[in-house]
Amino acid sequence: MEPSLPETREHDPLTSILPPEQMAAVAAALDAFAAEPGALLEVLHAVQQRLGHVPPAAVAVVARALNLSRAEVHGVLTFYPDFRQTPPGRHVVRLCRAEACQAVGARALEAHARRALGVDFHGTTTDGSVTLEAAYCLGNCACGPSLLIDETLHARVSPSRFDALMRQARGGEA
Amino acid sequence: MSRAPRTFYLPAEATARALGADAVAQALLAESARRGEPVELVRTGSRGLFWLEPLLEVQTPAGRMAYGPVQAADVPALFDAGLGQGAGTEHALALGPVAELPALRHQQRLTFARCGEIDPLDLRAYAATGGWRGLDAALGLAPEAMVEAVTASGLRGRGGAAFPAGIKWRTCLQTAAPQKYVVCNADEGDSGTFADRLLIEGDPFALIEGMIIAGLAVGATQGYVYLRSEYPQAHRTFAQALRAAHEAGVLGDSVRGSGKAFDITLRRGAGSYICGEETSLLDSLEGKRGQVRFKPPLPAISGLFGAPTVINNVLTLAAVPHILADGATHYAGFGMGRSRGTIALQLAGNVKRGGLYEVAFGVSLREVIEDWGGGTASGRPVRAVQVGGPLGAYLRADQLDVPVDYEALAAMQAMLGHGGIVVFDDTVDMGEQARFAMAFCAHESCGKCTPCRIGSTRGVEVIDRIRAGDQPQHNIALLRDLCDTMVEGSLCALGGMAPFPVRSALDLFPEDFAAAPRRAA
Ligand SMILES: Cc1cc2nc3c(=O)[nH]c(=O)nc-3n(C[C@H](O)[C@H](O)[C@H](O)COP(=O)(O)O)c2cc1C
Ligand code: SF4
Ligand code: FES
Repeated sequence: MEPSLPETREHDPLTSILPPEQMAAVAAALDAFAAEPGALLEVLHAVQQRLGHVPPAAVAVVARALNLSRAEVHGVLTFYPDFRQTPPGRHVVRLCRAEACQAVGARALEAHARRALGVDFHGTTTDGSVTLEAAYCLGNCACGPSLLIDETLHARVSPSRFDALMRQARGGEA
Repeated sequence: MSRAPRTFYLPAEATARALGADAVAQALLAESARRGEPVELVRTGSRGLFWLEPLLEVQTPAGRMAYGPVQAADVPALFDAGLGQGAGTEHALALGPVAELPALRHQQRLTFARCGEIDPLDLRAYAATGGWRGLDAALGLAPEAMVEAVTASGLRGRGGAAFPAGIKWRTCLQTAAPQKYVVCNADEGDSGTFADRLLIEGDPFALIEGMIIAGLAVGATQGYVYLRSEYPQAHRTFAQALRAAHEAGVLGDSVRGSGKAFDITLRRGAGSYICGEETSLLDSLEGKRGQVRFKPPLPAISGLFGAPTVINNVLTLAAVPHILADGATHYAGFGMGRSRGTIALQLAGNVKRGGLYEVAFGVSLREVIEDWGGGTASGRPVRAVQVGGPLGAYLRADQLDVPVDYEALAAMQAMLGHGGIVVFDDTVDMGEQARFAMAFCAHESCGKCTPCRIGSTRGVEVIDRIRAGDQPQHNIALLRDLCDTMVEGSLCALGGMAPFPVRSALDLFPEDFAAAPRRAA
């Protein structure tokens, strides 16, 4: 990769845009992983775990700490489907669209989920409770259709079961 | 009967939990407390018999007795029936002795022998069930002898390409370098597969043991596991296993007191299928976008951070302890032709008894799907079967007599890949499946070659035109031409094999490409 123009290390306007809470999350992620070789994905995962997303202004901070160009960090951030640059809803629902789940009704479930939530993939419901994401296999292929709500796997999800799970997710919060 | 605690075993694996295992565990503990009948509950991995999950096992003088599928509401009645006290065998959920379950008796469990048997994080149970035997044997051997054992076993990579593991290890061993790496490919991107996950959640020390042996064999002191982010539970379990192995002195500066060092770092993918391809995976481990590298150089010569690197699938590495412990000849004694040892078949999709079947190569697909799997879950006829993940060809129901063997499937333009078998009933629309194969390729393409990046998008459009009845003859010819271009002009198997499911659908199910009433219905 082409080396970028030298960055002005002391007066990076972008760092000042990062609010303190976000700066703390980025610093913690860097603390945990910056010393490991090639750990950019882990850094971004850690930031996203704390903030729900990777704020664009974090790119410069991460790039500087890892001695990378901003273009490199931005390139990684946008290459991988997991990373998001805007905050998600309070729950992230990852619905499996792959073949084994297709064989037991995932296409119908997908259509139902979009209709029931009123969003497309990557979209967040108007009440901010749920972001719908696609997954291509969750390793639950003998008991599909499968979905992951945050970190919890659900099996044999029919449309009515989906509605119940969503009621729980949306109602079960303060 | 005595008041000594009874031992119950119940999986804590992700699918079993998704089917209610945690609620069953709570109910068991609550019921035992209510009755004053002490119980020791061991949470295990899953045996992979998913139609029986949650599968409860109870220790009795006559061996473990199985009950399943158990729901929390069943628990009081199971206690009433006296389970675990020599009685309870009459209960409707009683399945008899675990060892006699037909689904297990069909199998030759070598790699998965411990899955479902023990608490996956219990080091004492691991050692008591033959753990570390392979590693201890390896510690007494020269690196050449370890590589020779793996070569003689006939073990071929289980990640998909089926390359002989011993040859890869030898290349790495013979490449002199101050630093080398062992990388475990746990990206398990193929739809319809879950064996890597089951192994990591059910027997993580076996993978750790296999990686240490690989390190000793090629002269690497550092390992990486690249695990897909879609497996949060496997991530937690493996991180815990690494900590436990460290504390026990299995990993670290002196592996089991040998004075030889080996360590493992766990890393996560980020939702990209192409990062399962080994060179993309290496780029991703280096903190870059996951783009496929040109070969040569082979990773065994110049891999992670430019150092010689052995990269193997989870199941390849997890087979190694067995080979070192019981000998290459024992392992090679299973199988047929050039496919030696056992393969973890994963029966998925629309199938009655879906799950993991570890068997010697050579069994027919029909036996697996119809006899063991019991046909479709819907009860309708099997129409199509996709073997080997999203880049694998579709087979028709009349082609299932083919043996599970790398060469036999390749001779049919199909592939065994990572062992996933996805069953579809007669409601499947194969035009839709072909379209999905192209769309998936477009979605996951790393963008390096034009036929894959652009061709797949054009492929989706052409299939849409065919299905809309727009110049079907012409467009089918165009689609075939496009498939040829992708096969010939792609750097890796994503663009190079995505056309296989498309072509097989066209060849075997042409009626699904007509703008026919079949689809309109
Ligand atoms: C598009 C693509 C995706 C792949 N995905 C995986 C995967 O998820 N897991 C895996 O073990 N191998 C995968 N492979 C195969 C790897 O490139 C490589 O062959 C494997 O890691 C070598 O290990 P093995 O010899 O033990 O199978 C993939 C290959 C391609 C072309
Ligand atoms: S075939 Fe596709 S995924 Fe493979 S290297 Fe080329 S563009 Fe990348
Ligand atoms: S295909 Fe949906 S979980 Fe594997």
